Amino acid sequence: MNQADTAWMLASTALVLLMTPMLAFFYGGLVRSKNVLNAMMMSFVSLGVVGVVWPIIGYSLAFAPGSDYLGGTSRLFLRGVGLEGVGPAGDQIPHYLYMCYQGTFAIITAALISGAIVERMRFSAYALFITLWSIVVYSPIAHWVWGGGWLAKMGALDFAGGTVVHVNAGAAALVAAWVIGPRRDYRSSGLLPHNIPFVLLGAGVLWFGWFGFNAGSAVAANGLAALAFTTTMLAPAATLLVWMLLDIARTGKPTAVGAATAIVVGLVAITPAAGFVGPMSALLLGGLAAIPSYFALLWRASTAFDDSLDVVAAHGVGGTVGALLTGAFAQKALNGVADGALFGNPGQLMIQATAVLAAILYSGVMSFVLLKLVELVVPLRADRQAESVGMDVSQHGEEAYVHAEGSGAH
Amino acid sequence: MQSIKSIVRPDKVDDVKEALSKLSVSGMTVTEVRGHGKQKGHTAVYRGKEYQVTLLPKMQIETVVPDEIVDAAVQAIIAAARTGEIGDGRVFVTPVTRSYRIRTGELEGTAR
Repeated sequence: MNQADTAWMLASTALVLLMTPMLAFFYGGLVRSKNVLNAMMMSFVSLGVVGVVWPIIGYSLAFAPGSDYLGGTSRLFLRGVGLEGVGPAGDQIPHYLYMCYQGTFAIITAALISGAIVERMRFSAYALFITLWSIVVYSPIAHWVWGGGWLAKMGALDFAGGTVVHVNAGAAALVAAWVIGPRRDYRSSGLLPHNIPFVLLGAGVLWFGWFGFNAGSAVAANGLAALAFTTTMLAPAATLLVWMLLDIARTGKPTAVGAATAIVVGLVAITPAAGFVGPMSALLLGGLAAIPSYFALLWRASTAFDDSLDVVAAHGVGGTVGALLTGAFAQKALNGVADGALFGNPGQLMIQATAVLAAILYSGVMSFVLLKLVELVVPLRADRQAESVGMDVSQHGEEAYVHAEGSGAH
Repeated sequence: MQSIKSIVRPDKVDDVKEALSKLSVSGMTVTEVRGHGKQKGHTAVYRGKEYQVTLLPKMQIETVVPDEIVDAAVQAIIAAARTGEIGDGRVFVTPVTRSYRIRTGELEGTAR
C-alpha cells in the first residue's frame, strides 16, 4: 500500500464528489427561477440513486473481472472489496477507495444528462431513468475503457473519461431531449437564465473539482498526476480565452454565461488527454476545442431541438473533439503508452474515432430503450399545468425564493 | 385615456405583450406581484412543517391607452391570458386624468 497515493486519492475522491453539487449550481443558474430547485435536484438525486446502485451492482459490472464487454458479478454488493491494496505494484491504494473514486464518476455522468431535459421532465421518471442508465449504459462503457474491456485492448486513450463520461452523457442527452421533446414555451418565450452568478460559481468550482477528476485519474501521487494537473489548468484557460474572443468578434461583448460554458468545454476536452499530452499541446487542444462547441451551441439554439442547457454541444461535441485531439497530441515520451498522429502514429486517430463512435451508438440506442421502458411505468413529461406553474412547486412542493408573507402555518 | 391594470399568470406575460403590440400599444409597466383571488394556492413542506402558500406569484401589467382602443385592448388581454382555470387573473380599467412625458414635460393626449 502506498500512503502518498492513498492520501491523494482520498482528496481526489472528495474533489470529484463535489463536482455533482457544483453541476447543480451550473445548471440551476441557467434555468428560470420557477425551476431552479428541480434542476438542482436532478443533479443531487444522482448522489442518492447512483450512489446506492454503484456499490450494489454498478461497480461490479464495470470493474470486476469479466468479458471484453461487461464486468463480472463477483463484486456485487462489494463482495471481495476491502482494505487490500489494488493497482500496480508500488502504487497500490485500498480497494474501498478505488471503488469510491470510480463511484463519483458514475454519479456525475448520470447527472450531466439532466441539462438536456430540465424544466419539463417528470422527476420520478428522471430518477428511474438515470438509475437504470448508470447500470445498463455507464458500467459497460466504463468496463470497455477502464475495466480491461475491448476498447482498452484496442488501445483507445481516455485518461479521465472523455468518452466514458462526456461523449456517453452527450449521446444520452441528445436522445433524451429528442424523446421528451421541447419545453412547451420553447419557441414562444425567452427562456433566460435566472442566476448567472450561480452559473459562474458552478463552473469555477467544477474546475477545482476537476483536478481530482483528471489528476486523480493517475490513481497515484506522481509525475503523471502532475502532468494531468498541469494540462487541466492550461486547456480550459485557452478555451476561455478563445471563447471570449469569439464572443467579442460576434457581438462585441464577452458574456459571463459564455465564459462559464467555455471553462466546462475546456475541461471536457482535456479530460481524455489529461495524462497523455504536454502543456503546449494542452493549450492548443483547449483553444481548438472552443470552436466546434461554440458554433454547435449557436446552431442548436436556432433549431427546434431543445437540448435546454446544451449538454450535446458542451459534453458531446467537446468530448468528441477532446478524444480525437488526444489521438493527435498524445506523446509516448510523456506517458509511455502511445503516440498520437502528430507524433508519428496516425493510426491512433482511428482508434479514438472508433471508441467515440462505439460510445455514441451504444449510449444512444440504450438510452432510447431505457426511456421507452420508463415510459411504460410513469409518463416522462410533467403535465402542461405542472410545467407552466413551474417544476419546483409541481415536483417538490417548494419554491426556491420563498416569500413567507401570507403563508399561514398549521 | 384609460389605464388598464391586468393581473395575469406569469407565463402569460409574453402572450399579453404580443397581443397588445398588435394593437399598437406602445408602452407598458410589468411588475412581479403576489396575491390571491379564488385560487387556493398550494401546500409546501419545509423541514417537516406544512405551510399553505396562498399568495401566488402573478405578473401585473399596466398600460395606458386612448379611449377608442380600450375595449379592444381589454378583449385582447383576456383572450391572451385566459386558460379557463381558476387563477387566470383580473383586468381593471380606470380613467387617467392627465399624463406627462418626463423627458419633455409635455402634457399628452388628455381626456377630451
